[in-house]
Amino acid sequence: MISLEEGGFAIFLVLLAFACIIIAGKTFDQVMAFHAGIGALFAAVSVFLIFKKYFDDGGEPIPAEIDGKPNYNLGPIKFGAIAAMFWGIAGFTVGLVIALQLAYPVLNFDLPWTNFGRLRPLHTSAVIFAFGGNVLLATSMYVVQRTSRVRMPGKILPWFVILGYNVFIVIAGTGYLLGVTQSKEYAEPEWYADLWLTIVWVMYLLLFLGTLWKRREPHIYVANWFYLAFIVTIAMLHITNNMTIPVSIYSTKSYIVWSGVQDAMVQWWYGHNAVGFFLTAGFLAIMYYFIPKRAERPVYSYRLSIVHFWALIFIYIWAGPHHLHYTALPQWASTLGATFSIILWMPSWGGMINGLMTLSGAWDKLRTDPVLRMMVVSVAFYGMSTFEGPLMSLRSVNSLSHYTDWTIGHVHSGALGWVGYISFGAIYCLVPWLWNKRQLYSLKLVNVHFWLSTIGIVLYITAMWVSGIMQGLMWRAYDTLGFLEYSFVETVEAMHPFYIIRALGGALFVIGAVIMAYNLWMTVRHGEAEEADAMPAGSLAAAE
Amino acid sequence: MSAWKKHEVFEKNSFVLLVGILVMVAIGGLVEIAPLFYLKSTIEKTEGMRPYTPLELTGRDIYIREGCYLCHSQMVRPMRDEMERYGHFSLAAESMYDHPFQWGSKRTGPDLARVGGKYSDAWHVEHLIDPRSLVPASIMPGYPFLAENRLQTRDIQSHLSVNTIIGVPYTEEQVANAASDLLGQATPDTEAADGFEERWPGVTIRDFDGNPREVTEMDALVAYLQVLGTMVDFSIYDDKANAR
Repeated sequence: MISLEEGGFAIFLVLLAFACIIIAGKTFDQVMAFHAGIGALFAAVSVFLIFKKYFDDGGEPIPAEIDGKPNYNLGPIKFGAIAAMFWGIAGFTVGLVIALQLAYPVLNFDLPWTNFGRLRPLHTSAVIFAFGGNVLLATSMYVVQRTSRVRMPGKILPWFVILGYNVFIVIAGTGYLLGVTQSKEYAEPEWYADLWLTIVWVMYLLLFLGTLWKRREPHIYVANWFYLAFIVTIAMLHITNNMTIPVSIYSTKSYIVWSGVQDAMVQWWYGHNAVGFFLTAGFLAIMYYFIPKRAERPVYSYRLSIVHFWALIFIYIWAGPHHLHYTALPQWASTLGATFSIILWMPSWGGMINGLMTLSGAWDKLRTDPVLRMMVVSVAFYGMSTFEGPLMSLRSVNSLSHYTDWTIGHVHSGALGWVGYISFGAIYCLVPWLWNKRQLYSLKLVNVHFWLSTIGIVLYITAMWVSGIMQGLMWRAYDTLGFLEYSFVETVEAMHPFYIIRALGGALFVIGAVIMAYNLWMTVRHGEAEEADAMPAGSLAAAE
Repeated sequence: MSAWKKHEVFEKNSFVLLVGILVMVAIGGLVEIAPLFYLKSTIEKTEGMRPYTPLELTGRDIYIREGCYLCHSQMVRPMRDEMERYGHFSLAAESMYDHPFQWGSKRTGPDLARVGGKYSDAWHVEHLIDPRSLVPASIMPGYPFLAENRLQTRDIQSHLSVNTIIGVPYTEEQVANAASDLLGQATPDTEAADGFEERWPGVTIRDFDGNPREVTEMDALVAYLQVLGTMVDFSIYDDKANAR
């Protein structure tokens, strides 16, 4: 007998396929036809696979345990890890291309599909949502199963989540290139992609909660608190920020219900918390599992974890309006945002201390284990950018830094240093575990990756500090007669050398990631197999 | 010790943890966002704001499509250098019909909040086709294809209707005649322009891209750029009355 889950998904996907085919047939909008085509293809292939699987194994349920040990579901996690590496390299490369476009505008080629305005959202979405998102999906599925000591529920559900999410990425990315965007930064995908992501995300929440409900451990491990906060809050932000009315269901275009000043506030409430909950809470969860695991030390302080968690999620959500200092947003709102940004420094550093001090008694491993070193440097970058952030949220500093490359540099010290390195560290740990290998193919190559990309990050952020502060100062410079000293384009010319240095830094980061992909490939293909499941579940207990 | 012990209720019940998280993350947003919808001081009192014409709205959609907002802000801050460079600081009222807002976050190029009327149509057309022919050190991409793409007009009426639903005060006549007004504003001497001036009093009608043979995406984008920051009548605007 076909299960309720298989039947439910099959019916839903069949309906989806028909809806997509009708839309593709009736629309005059070529991009809509293309995207509806992708949707129909995905739905149809999925239905086929559901039935193929059913007839292959006769509808036998997969055992939740084998020999008394949980039979963890690793397939979707493997897919997520591979997808993360693929999208990572693609996203970093597009970043390098647009960095070069700013130095050499001829590289825009005067074509619609290759101009900076369309490639920039492709870069940001590819690194945040495609690379970062797949890392978060893969690690969260792994961590929640391990720390709950139970297989995640469902046969189709985990695959639906990971594949559905990647279909969203494809629709969003191809949309940008073809000119489909709603122009809300980091929320550019149009209404139908947003709707699809909402469905996938609710399924993800159910999958995560479902695993917690089945857990064999009395306590929910601290990493899972952070993952849960990330999933729930992103849902709230995504839905509120993307309230749109499509021009018609056959059109890619929609208009957002918010306007002007309210829309600005909603957007940056979303935008800053995409940083706070996607790029911080989610990756802190990774920190709380992978650093103790790799260092073979318990988390430094259990109480600090509790304070860190609640303070971070409560305070972060207020910080958004610091993006709107001196704008037409009422000053009370931006001041409130800046105030909470300063307070946010404390939980941020509390978390950093909790991560770093986990190394107590294991600091020597930094010399011998480049993977652990990558994760520790990542936490150090987290500390640095969460110090720089509150500084930049001050009205007086922001008046100089806003609209300049300083912001770009700040984002990248967080994105490349913190998010990038903790993700690389997690993937370096995860791949041998998933493919049952004793260790990585080469720790030397990890070391090369580490140094290349560290030099790359340093070049990137120092170049952006200089160009950003320089441009901010040039804009407000007056000559002795009281006239503005520089025309706008003179300030653009002055940044040229720094744009070249930034591109060089980006290139080193891309090369590092390619070396990583090669190392992982060799690990999977030629690594020595691990004997048995040797990982003790108890090593994650807190120190107190 | 006992207080830490009490935290167990969150650690042992996923549902309690979920509710706890929801409460904590809801507060900040509610406090910061909700008042903006009812505090009367949020949007200044001004004279002259009107919804975009069909041509300007389409131009705005092209501006969004090409990602112009990624390099150009539309938000002049109240600082001496910015007001000398760009003009009067931006008001909240000036983007009250913008769905979504286009304030931007980066100035790789200059602010465009008050670009309307600063340059001629011909300058914009030339500059969009080949920026470096006019500004040799510019790093802006060229958009020659805008001058070649005929303007899509099929569903313009639905665009205006949707804007009406979300609070943009288009009149019934403006919505009903959207398709002809879209072309009419760029082709003054044709039938399409009939009645345009009654429906859109005070709005300029002219051939924006200098190509009378067809209405292109360039027409629409230039029409949008030329209206930016020009609607509010600053000769009667009172900064002090609206100080917040």
